[in-house]
Amino acid sequence: MNLQPTIGLEIHVQLDTRTKMFCACELSFGEPPNTRTCPVCLGLPGALPVLNAQSIHFGLMIGHALGCELAPQSIFHRKNYFYPDLPKGFQISQYDAPLCRGGSLGDVRIDRVHLEEDAAKLNHVGVSGRIHGAGSSIVDFNRGGTPLVEVVTEPDLHDAEEARVWLALLAATMRQLGVSDVRMAEGSLRCDANVSLAPAGSGELGVKTELKNMNSFSFVKRGIEAEIARQRALLESGAEVVQQTLHFDPRSGNLTSLRSKEEAHDYRYFPEPDLVPIAIDEEMVQRAREAVGELPATRIARYEHLGLSAEHAHQFAFRPALGSFFEAVLSAADGASPRELATWTAHVAAALGERDPDASALEPAALAALVALVGAGRVAAGPARTVVLARLLSQGGDPARIVEQEGVGALDDDAGLADAVAAAIAEHPDAAERLRAGNAKAIGPIVGHVMRATKGRADGGEVTRLVHERLGL
Amino acid sequence: MSAPPRTATEAVEAIRAGQLSARELWLACQAAATDDELNAFTWVADADDGPNEEAAALPFAGIPLAVKDLFCTEGIPSQAGSRILRDYRPPYTATVVRQLLDAGASLLAKTNQDEFAMGSSNENSAYGAVLNPHDRGRVPGGSSGGSAAAVAAGIVPWALGTDTGGSIRQPAALCGIVGLKPTYGACSRYGMIAFASSLDQAGPLTRSVADAALLFSKMVGRDPCDSTSLAFPEAIELPRSERLDGLRFGVPDELTGEGVETGVRAAFEASVALVEQLGASVERCQLPHAPHALAAYYLIAPAECSSNLARFDGVRYGLRVDSQDGSLEEMYSRTRAEGFGAEVKRRVMLGTYALSSGYYDAYYGRAQRVRTKIAEDFRAAFERFDFILTPTSPTAAFELGARTSDPLAMYLSDFCTVPMSLAGIPAISIPNGASGGLPVGLQVVGPAFSEPRLLDAAHALELAHADRVKTIALPSPLRFEGNENGAAGARE
Ligand SMILES: [Zn+2]
Repeated sequence: MNLQPTIGLEIHVQLDTRTKMFCACELSFGEPPNTRTCPVCLGLPGALPVLNAQSIHFGLMIGHALGCELAPQSIFHRKNYFYPDLPKGFQISQYDAPLCRGGSLGDVRIDRVHLEEDAAKLNHVGVSGRIHGAGSSIVDFNRGGTPLVEVVTEPDLHDAEEARVWLALLAATMRQLGVSDVRMAEGSLRCDANVSLAPAGSGELGVKTELKNMNSFSFVKRGIEAEIARQRALLESGAEVVQQTLHFDPRSGNLTSLRSKEEAHDYRYFPEPDLVPIAIDEEMVQRAREAVGELPATRIARYEHLGLSAEHAHQFAFRPALGSFFEAVLSAADGASPRELATWTAHVAAALGERDPDASALEPAALAALVALVGAGRVAAGPARTVVLARLLSQGGDPARIVEQEGVGALDDDAGLADAVAAAIAEHPDAAERLRAGNAKAIGPIVGHVMRATKGRADGGEVTRLVHERLGL
Repeated sequence: MSAPPRTATEAVEAIRAGQLSARELWLACQAAATDDELNAFTWVADADDGPNEEAAALPFAGIPLAVKDLFCTEGIPSQAGSRILRDYRPPYTATVVRQLLDAGASLLAKTNQDEFAMGSSNENSAYGAVLNPHDRGRVPGGSSGGSAAAVAAGIVPWALGTDTGGSIRQPAALCGIVGLKPTYGACSRYGMIAFASSLDQAGPLTRSVADAALLFSKMVGRDPCDSTSLAFPEAIELPRSERLDGLRFGVPDELTGEGVETGVRAAFEASVALVEQLGASVERCQLPHAPHALAAYYLIAPAECSSNLARFDGVRYGLRVDSQDGSLEEMYSRTRAEGFGAEVKRRVMLGTYALSSGYYDAYYGRAQRVRTKIAEDFRAAFERFDFILTPTSPTAAFELGARTSDPLAMYLSDFCTVPMSLAGIPAISIPNGASGGLPVGLQVVGPAFSEPRLLDAAHALELAHADRVKTIALPSPLRFEGNENGAAGARE
């Protein structure tokens, strides 16, 4: 049986507003527990929510970025259920009138985008790390009330790796928009996946299960892979898939059932009476549109059009700081090919690791100048990267002067280089003999000798030419 | 001081004139509240916590104020009449209370109430029933029963209540005082422990219309902490009208016919005649959807309360009853089973059911459509009339226990007050004589944000009543030094 998986994702992303969604508490980044709280986000009796306008602005930016239809007004509902991380006994969310509907990102259609408040964080004391079987649980309300955007896709994905790549594109889009910095390890992006299997070409969808709360790109991929394998085994053995909610444990790789359809909550949604609907006027829409800027998907296409490799195009598009640096190098450069400049920008990224180029001493114009020096044969690529670039990154400065100060300028066919070639041939008579006899690879030790003698400044092609000339080849 | 001031306005004037000190008045009220036999209070301040010299310079001159238990008051028990919040002391003070204290009121006491404002007799309090000062065998009305009884008995000059479906107006009527339910949104709800968010409003319970205007003038305003609050479009002045010349009053058939007891109807008809004598016109009119108001109200209010009361789960504050099997679910259910009274449980269950998937449209959705129709009825009526007149309550105060076993009979107490709550419009209850020796109220209703005109009209009626309708007065319980026995004789 050829079974095809179908996957839809529901992604929650914390928005980087200054304050929480419905109160004036600042967002928390690792502060001591329960220090970013107030009567509103603790759900104290008598406290009332007041909507954070910036969360609507961010929601509209996301709507623009994904090409969604924007709602004429923001309406919030209460989603009622009991849980210790939900201090009011309900979550303020959007229900039948989400802020944005439709749209797409890449090949994946978007069903809806809506805003809601995050729950508090439960820390379970005890062995299991889960609420069942925990000796006790401690609630930290710092996170409670953080604005979340929930993006729900149509079931347009068909394998785990595709889902991972698409999720990375979505995360890059959020980062590029500046609405979230998407620190997955800190739970600022959480993903649920709906997975079902059906015979390929049947045009039908199988019974789906929901994988809850995966918080890294790789867990998403592994969780979906595990669930596809589990469903495939069931279906191939003639059993049926039961609709249920599952938890993927990335440590053990196990899937465990959280609840079945019969136990599903009735959330008793109704319009939140403590908030008034806010009309989304043309000015708000316009302001959000202007704030959007260029998005990763557009940027990838533009970079590839400039001749960059797919790898560099994705790398720069997904890391906005790197992309902006590359753009600055590109505009400072005079005549160098974008592909060449991209390669050097990638060298910079490799040297800096997690750090952004802005955090180094390197100026975009200096990198452009260095690439020009290399192109003009004034410095060889090797020392340009290992000596000049390294110094530019740590201290900055003018590349031409650094080449001079470090004595790494390229040697041309003057006496110096010719002498070095002569000396190398004299040192390696055997190699010279084999080279004369037609063994092209034998030139290696001779060129290596010249490079060592000139501290890498010699141009490899020029050295080869001089060796051949001297041996009369 | 020869006689205790009859109203808050008089008390402020007496303090300004140096005839009475704020401190003197505080001590007299504090002593009377401590000696209270009506069970009107759930907390009384210490005698030492009275107003200082500076308070006398403020608009309210430091005079005492009683506040319904469900208003959050920082560090002071705010229990909403419920066992689940026994001795709960909030870390903040409700906006309207803050505004009144800033204007120079002194917080004397928290008043007893029906649990979470659910009730019309004040018998649903975890802290015991409140007695009607006019007849201690009868209820004071509810849910702001403690505030109404305390003001009627003369223990405090005025008090703060809340009205969701009649909870200020009905007890004001049953206790023979003035009660104003403002336009929805006129006063902040921040810090009011919620019953039904789309209906709850704070309002004054006072011994005169002028006092209601005075207290209300400092309660209004847009609060950045309450999205549903609005800036009041004009200043609230003290009412001065003595006539109703040229005003048009409508009397709706639906709220003045069947179910209104004979004595109440007679008092109502007398005041309709009075309105005409004061120069106004009176015509009968229709509010066709008003008879459905109670049914809609008893879906909307319980639905909202079922959600509002979900926060009382034993996790963070208030009562927690530990589970025996260690499960979270059992802790929730035991806490709520022991913490909530029968009426609260009934409404939480009603509301939970009304919001359930598959029932939402038939119940909550339809109730909201009825609510819209009721608001449209009033809008249409206010195109023809300046005000609408009804009795406040179909009956005078009933005996304690008379309706406790019959929730539907209890719900009918709010028959005349619920439609205005659903429409979000202001209504005032003023004393309207007596039925069988018990106070009766007259309800005057106006369009949204018409409080200044409404108070003016009520003031003219109050003046005329003082001349022509015998208003029931009780002897003051306040005792001032050097005047141990004089107080009672000072009242009419
Ligand atoms: Zn907060």
